[in-house]
Amino acid sequence: MTRLLLWWLGRMPIGWLQLVSNKLRFFAAGTGVAFACILVFVQLGMMGSFSEATRSAYRILNADVMISASDCNGLTDGSNVARRRMYQALAVPGVREAIPIFVGKTFWLQADGTRLELTVVGFDSTRHSFVGPVLEQISVLPLSNHVLMDERSRGLRPGQLANVSANSPLWIEANHQQLAVAGTFSLGAGFAGDGFMIVSDQTFLRLFPARSSAAPNHILLNVESGSDPEDVAARIAAKLAAEAVLVRSFSQAIEQDVTYQTTRRPVGLIFGFGVAIGTLVGLVIVYQILSTDVADHLSEYATFKAMGYKASFFRSVVMEEAVILAVVGFLPAVVATLGIYSVMAKATGLPIAMTWERAILVLFGTVLSCSLSGIFAMRKLTHADPADLF
Amino acid sequence: MTPSASQDPIVVTGLNHSFGQGSAKVQTLFDIHVQIKRGKLTTLIGPSGSGKTTLLTLMGCLREIQEGSVRLLGEELFGASNETLNNMRRRLGFIFQAHNLHESLTALQNVRMGLEVHGSAHRHEYDAAATHILEQLGLGDRLHYLPAKLSGGQKQRVAVARALVGNPEIVFADEPTAALDRDTGLKAVGILKRLGELRGTTTVMVTHDHRILEMADRILRMEDGRIVDQT
Ligand SMILES: Nc1ncnc2c1ncn2[C@@H]1O[C@H](COP(=O)(O)OP(=O)(O)OP(=O)(O)O)[C@@H](O)[C@H]1O
Ligand SMILES: [Mg+2]
Repeated sequence: MTRLLLWWLGRMPIGWLQLVSNKLRFFAAGTGVAFACILVFVQLGMMGSFSEATRSAYRILNADVMISASDCNGLTDGSNVARRRMYQALAVPGVREAIPIFVGKTFWLQADGTRLELTVVGFDSTRHSFVGPVLEQISVLPLSNHVLMDERSRGLRPGQLANVSANSPLWIEANHQQLAVAGTFSLGAGFAGDGFMIVSDQTFLRLFPARSSAAPNHILLNVESGSDPEDVAARIAAKLAAEAVLVRSFSQAIEQDVTYQTTRRPVGLIFGFGVAIGTLVGLVIVYQILSTDVADHLSEYATFKAMGYKASFFRSVVMEEAVILAVVGFLPAVVATLGIYSVMAKATGLPIAMTWERAILVLFGTVLSCSLSGIFAMRKLTHADPADLF
Repeated sequence: MTPSASQDPIVVTGLNHSFGQGSAKVQTLFDIHVQIKRGKLTTLIGPSGSGKTTLLTLMGCLREIQEGSVRLLGEELFGASNETLNNMRRRLGFIFQAHNLHESLTALQNVRMGLEVHGSAHRHEYDAAATHILEQLGLGDRLHYLPAKLSGGQKQRVAVARALVGNPEIVFADEPTAALDRDTGLKAVGILKRLGELRGTTTVMVTHDHRILEMADRILRMEDGRIVDQT
């Protein structure tokens, strides 16, 4: 290792030798950095799963443009939209087709006492162009009171829905209605509820008698091929300018929902805060380690300075230490995080997984914060006369 | 200034130095004038606190010069830039009272540091050069020892090797023999004296050792921050 570094750095790997000469401190330092990395990874994982859960709900559907109430912040949020807006929008050039979407909440009390909070999405399931990629078994929905349920809903026993089909549905009761779970899809729970249930618009209105077919939650539109969803959305928005509605392309609606969830909702803010705290803890740990290390070797460094070594040499030694600490802390942190993620995903049903982007982001962040603290720790040396440091 | 004086490696004129600020300010050097010739072994003697170390560190670019002039190898140190100071330091060798070896580096690696400061162009020769000088100082069997495994005298010899390995033009030594047993102390000074004759290496050394004083070309005596006697 020393030879490798000697060759690579073109100088004596003092930082490395210094770090490994005190094994205990090196171990503590690596553990500290790893700890900070794990902290940041967990927070980023939660935040990522939060965005991912928000985003994945939209995979039930497929559309180019979405019209929602002006107070709407997400799929399950906001006032109703008058169905009349749909007819107005259909008259806008470039719009090919449109359907109303209904969203509601219900509970399913299982025999064993587990209560699932289900988000119910209802729409005309015969309109296949609006059906999202996850709903493969949509053909059963037109049957009265037949539903599809997310097999990864929180609170389900493993494999509980494995064998349901149109021929052997699982009968459940919700909102005083007998419902036949006749098919499944795989989405994963979100923060808003335990899982999703898909029904036809007719079933939805039976489940929620207070809701009217004239007042859906959202309106989905598809544009003519060759039309740009953003352009069409802008045209519809111009036409509906006087109404309290929000017209956005579907992808824009998703991104705004994610942004809202992660930056405006307390949960999202807490994770952001957690990332900041993790980074801060990492900075403090590494700064402590490196500044102690610099202080311990001050007279040795002063000797090097007296020999004619430049400030850049000392910076590169501390950088060397910082990078080594970053790597040494990062690698075990990744391994530990993979374990933590899988435990968290099992326990919560949330889609928590490591991504390359996140791993690289954290690695860069670690190296950067380590280097910053290293350079900070070095200030004392660069400004002093060597003779005062012996 | 005579032509010969301008070629002297060390020319000190009107040097004053004080420590501390304001009312706590204490002057330690007073109007020092001295010229030191190339290739000579000059010793600095005087009672404790007379300013020997202060003068040595000022001449050796280890302290900022407050007042007066030090011309080292033709360069003025007063007000010199960091760059000039760094380049100058590379042409000097230091042997300190404390050995100041890097505890995480072996004897060989410590000596190597005296070469690496000159860049990496000849790095393949560094280990051989460092080994050679350590062998000369009788440490051939201690090359890969960490300082913690060496005796005080051995450590000091490593420090001597580190100072000399880069072929410095001037060597400054502050009581180097304090930690050395008399024989190795003399041996080290013998090497310095031979380097002076062979390569013209100039040595300035603080010492109280009589046997070394006998070998010196010149003795400067300091008292209360002044040079009181020159032979
Ligand atoms: N860094 C410092 N700060 C303040 N005063 C100092 C400092 N270094 C030296 N002095 C003072 O300057 C004076 C000269 O010190 P110096 O170290 O040059 O003496 P010296 O001749 O080398 O003594 P010794 O033989 O004990 O090493 C002393 O009075 C000392 O107390
Ligand atoms: Mg002294």
